[in-house]
Order: sequence, then structure tokens, then C-alpha cells
Amino acid sequence: MVEAMFQYEFLRNAFLAGVLIGLVAPLLGVFIVVRRLSLIADALSHVTLAGIAASLLIEKKFGTFVGWNPLYMGMGFSVAGSLFIEKLRSVYKYYQELAIPIILSGGIGLSVIFISLANGFNTDLFSYLFGSVSAVSRQDVWIIFGIACAVIMAIGLLYKELFLLSFDEEYAVASGIRAKTIHFVFIVLVALVIAASMRIVGILLVSSLMTLPVAASIRIAKGFKQAIVYSVLLGELAVIAGLFMSYELDLAPGGTIVMLSVLILLITILWKKWRRG
Amino acid sequence: MKTEEVLKVEHVSFRYEKENVLEDVTFSVRKGAFLGLVGPNGSGKSTLLKCILGLLKPQQGNISLFGTPISEFKEWHRVGFVSQKANSFNTGFPATVYEVVASGLTAKLGLFRFLTAREKQAVMEAIEAVGMAKFHKQNIGELSGGQQQRVFIARAIVSKPELLILDEPTVGVDVHHVQSFYNMLDELNRRLGITLLLVTHDVGTITEKVTHVACLNKHLYFHGKADEFAQLQDHDLSKFYGHHLHVLSHQH
Repeated sequence: MVEAMFQYEFLRNAFLAGVLIGLVAPLLGVFIVVRRLSLIADALSHVTLAGIAASLLIEKKFGTFVGWNPLYMGMGFSVAGSLFIEKLRSVYKYYQELAIPIILSGGIGLSVIFISLANGFNTDLFSYLFGSVSAVSRQDVWIIFGIACAVIMAIGLLYKELFLLSFDEEYAVASGIRAKTIHFVFIVLVALVIAASMRIVGILLVSSLMTLPVAASIRIAKGFKQAIVYSVLLGELAVIAGLFMSYELDLAPGGTIVMLSVLILLITILWKKWRRG
Repeated sequence: MKTEEVLKVEHVSFRYEKENVLEDVTFSVRKGAFLGLVGPNGSGKSTLLKCILGLLKPQQGNISLFGTPISEFKEWHRVGFVSQKANSFNTGFPATVYEVVASGLTAKLGLFRFLTAREKQAVMEAIEAVGMAKFHKQNIGELSGGQQQRVFIARAIVSKPELLILDEPTVGVDVHHVQSFYNMLDELNRRLGITLLLVTHDVGTITEKVTHVACLNKHLYFHGKADEFAQLQDHDLSKFYGHHLHVLSHQH
């Protein structure tokens, strides 16, 4: 694949996009997992699908937005969905997890309606569902790069507040941290990363990149910073190895990356067990 | 000359709907004191604490911290608080003792600021003060209940408060370690000069370590020095608790 990468631009794009996503998805994932919100990524990915379906539908029916990257509308839907989740979480104070299935089913319902209105799409939609190496354009790479920069900067600057909010929200609020604003920034970033990741792993699998490397890392990490470092390393390992394997063996990249993440997770659990003796 | 009044509660009454929870409570805590606020369950201790922390507003009476009425008090960094629920956190959370204690500086530092060498040192000092230095790299979930409680106290003292309020801190602490836990609080009080307000329903152990005792059961039944409290007869206490009570004193 290395030689092929020099030859074909699409492979280079896929690789760059993969490396960026392998970095930011687990980075945000750590905060999501420790706050027990793992399913939020699933809900938002389904909303993103609705956005993409809407964009493709408009393109097909009205001929507008031709050449417009469906990713933009996907991101718009995803951000709107994330705001709804936050709103619902405050409405259902004692059943906060209810927000997730509400948004998830809403997202998939909308997607199905858009898809049926369009009388089906070409294979394009398939690549959004399961990810594709060949689908990543140079423009996509730039969008993902921009999002990655924003995520790294925001996490760097808000690290101590995000840590405290994740560890002890009540104490954080009592000590005067502006929880609402920070939540808002965080969830918007999650929405953007989800929209960005789906080119490679596909909508149905995007949440796994945010949760599986983290699930493995919190088994072995000492402390929060170490959990972040391990999550990112394991995420990168899965993405890079997954891309190589999917190219060499002609497999869907999303599925390969996810199965490698599962394998890494199993190895970590077994290793931990074996070490404890 | 008398020392500065850190906390002053004057004629405070509070009621939820029609039920009186606090009736005309008056007491004060002077700088350097270690006050044990005792009372049975449902005696209004938690409500009083919420009033002191500015979370509830009493219908009558005044509370002031460091000479400032609570409604105008802004210097909350001078007050540390360890809640009863502190150690009901997610024990699977991957955070070291050091990271948890450092998070106590978040509000004081403000947005976009990182720990400097001096603050890092303050974190280590707070961890040492509660006797947890050798555990500082360990995940907090791996510690015992008493050790976790010490870590939360370190988090509360890292920003160097002058008054530290502890709500039932020995809940979840192994019986065998309660004494050493109180010794640690005694150290904080004597060596670091932190004024302590400890809320508990456990009358027995507390009287040996504190300098002052206040007994609350809606009314304030007693407020004075610990040795005066020790001289109270059992029947005085039974009156206050509403049932017969025999205080066990621990001999060590």
C-alpha cells in the first residue's frame, strides 16, 4: 500500500483523514466514555445520516447543491442534534440517557423518509454508511484537518474544566465553573468529529472509534492523561492497520478498523487478566 | 483580645413549607477553632450547612463569613467544602490522586490557565497534609473509602481555604481508621491553622478532637468548649436526642 499511496491521491487522502480521525475521535471519546455518554456518538451519527440524505435528496430532486459536499449538511444536522440532546438532558433531569434514544430514532426516522422520498440513491450513500477509502476527497481532508485543529485547541485550553466536569459535575458547578458553556462547546465538537469521521469508518461505525480505544485504555491507564494518550495510540493503531489491511485484502475500511479495535480491546482485557494472575 | 470570627450565625430560622427545620440558631466559629456540629438525623444540620454555603436563604436571621454578610460574600475561595456525597463518585474513573487534588484549583485558576510549578507544589503539599503522598500516582478508585475521603479533603484544601467545612466525612471510613482520620483533621487544624467545621451525627468520637461543640436539633441545645460538653450528663444529651443515649468515649 505504501507504494500505491505515492501513486494514488485518493489513498493519500484516506490515510491522512484516517490519521486525523484516529487522533481526535478517541481524544473526545475519553470524555464521553467517563461521563457514561457512550451512546451519544451513535445518536449523533444517525442524525448526521439524516443530514447527508437531505443533502443528496435536494441535489437529486431540485438540482441545487450539485457538487456541494453533503458533509456540510451532515455537520449542520449533527450540531443541531447535539443541541437537542443537551436540551432534552435538561428537560429529563432524572432520565438523562433518554435524550439519546429520542435523538437516535429521530435521526434514523428522518433519514429513512429522505431516502424513500428520493426513491433510493446510487452507491454514494453506501459509502457513507460503511465508509470507503476511495470516497475521501482532498476537500474532505481539509475539512477534517480544520475540525481536528479546533478539537485539539479546545481540549488543550479547556482541559482542566472538562476534567472536573467529567469527574465531579456537582463540585464543578458549585465551584463556579461555567458548565453550560463548556458542555455546549464540547458537544458541538463531538458533532463535528462524528460528521468528519464517517467518510472513513461510515456512519454506522463511527461511535466505535470514540469508544472502543477508550474502553481498552481505561483498563490499563493510570490516571486521566495516560488514559487519553493510550486511547489515541490505540485508536491510531486500529485506523492505520485497518486502512492497510482493508486495502491489501480488499475489505471495507470501516468494518476492518472496528474489528481491529475490538481485537485490541480483547487483547487488553486478556492481558490485564493475565497480569493480575 | 479575641480572635477573628470566621463564621457567625445569628438567630437563623428556616422552614420548608410549614415545617420548621431550624429555630433561632445562634453560634459563631472563631479563627483556629475546630467545631463539631452534632445532631441526630433530620436535626437540620444539612439545611444549616446549605444556608452557610449560601445555597439556601434562611427566612429569618443573618449569617456572615469573615465579617461579611453571606449575601455580599464573594471570596468563596476562602471556604473549602467536602460534601457527604464526595466519595460516591464513579470509582472506575481513571484519575490519579494527584489529578483529583489538582482539579481543586480549577476555579481559582480560571479559564485558559495551566498549573505553574508553584501550584504543582501546592498540590503535593495538600496531598502530604492528608497523609496520601505515597499514593499520589494511584488511581483514586483503587483506594479505600477513608483514603478517598482524604483525597477529597486534599482537593478542598489545595486552594488554601481558611475555613474548611466537612459534612459527615467519616461515612464510608473503616471503623479502625476513624481515629487516624480525626488525627489527620487535628493536624490540619493545628499545623496549618485551618478553621474546621465538622458536621456529624456521631457524638462519641468527635468530642475528643474538637475544640468546640454545637448540638443541633432544630434548636441549638448546646454551644461551648469541648471539655464543657464532656461534663454534660447523659440525661442532658438524651433530652437533646429525644431518646436515651449513652456516650461512649474511646480510650486510645
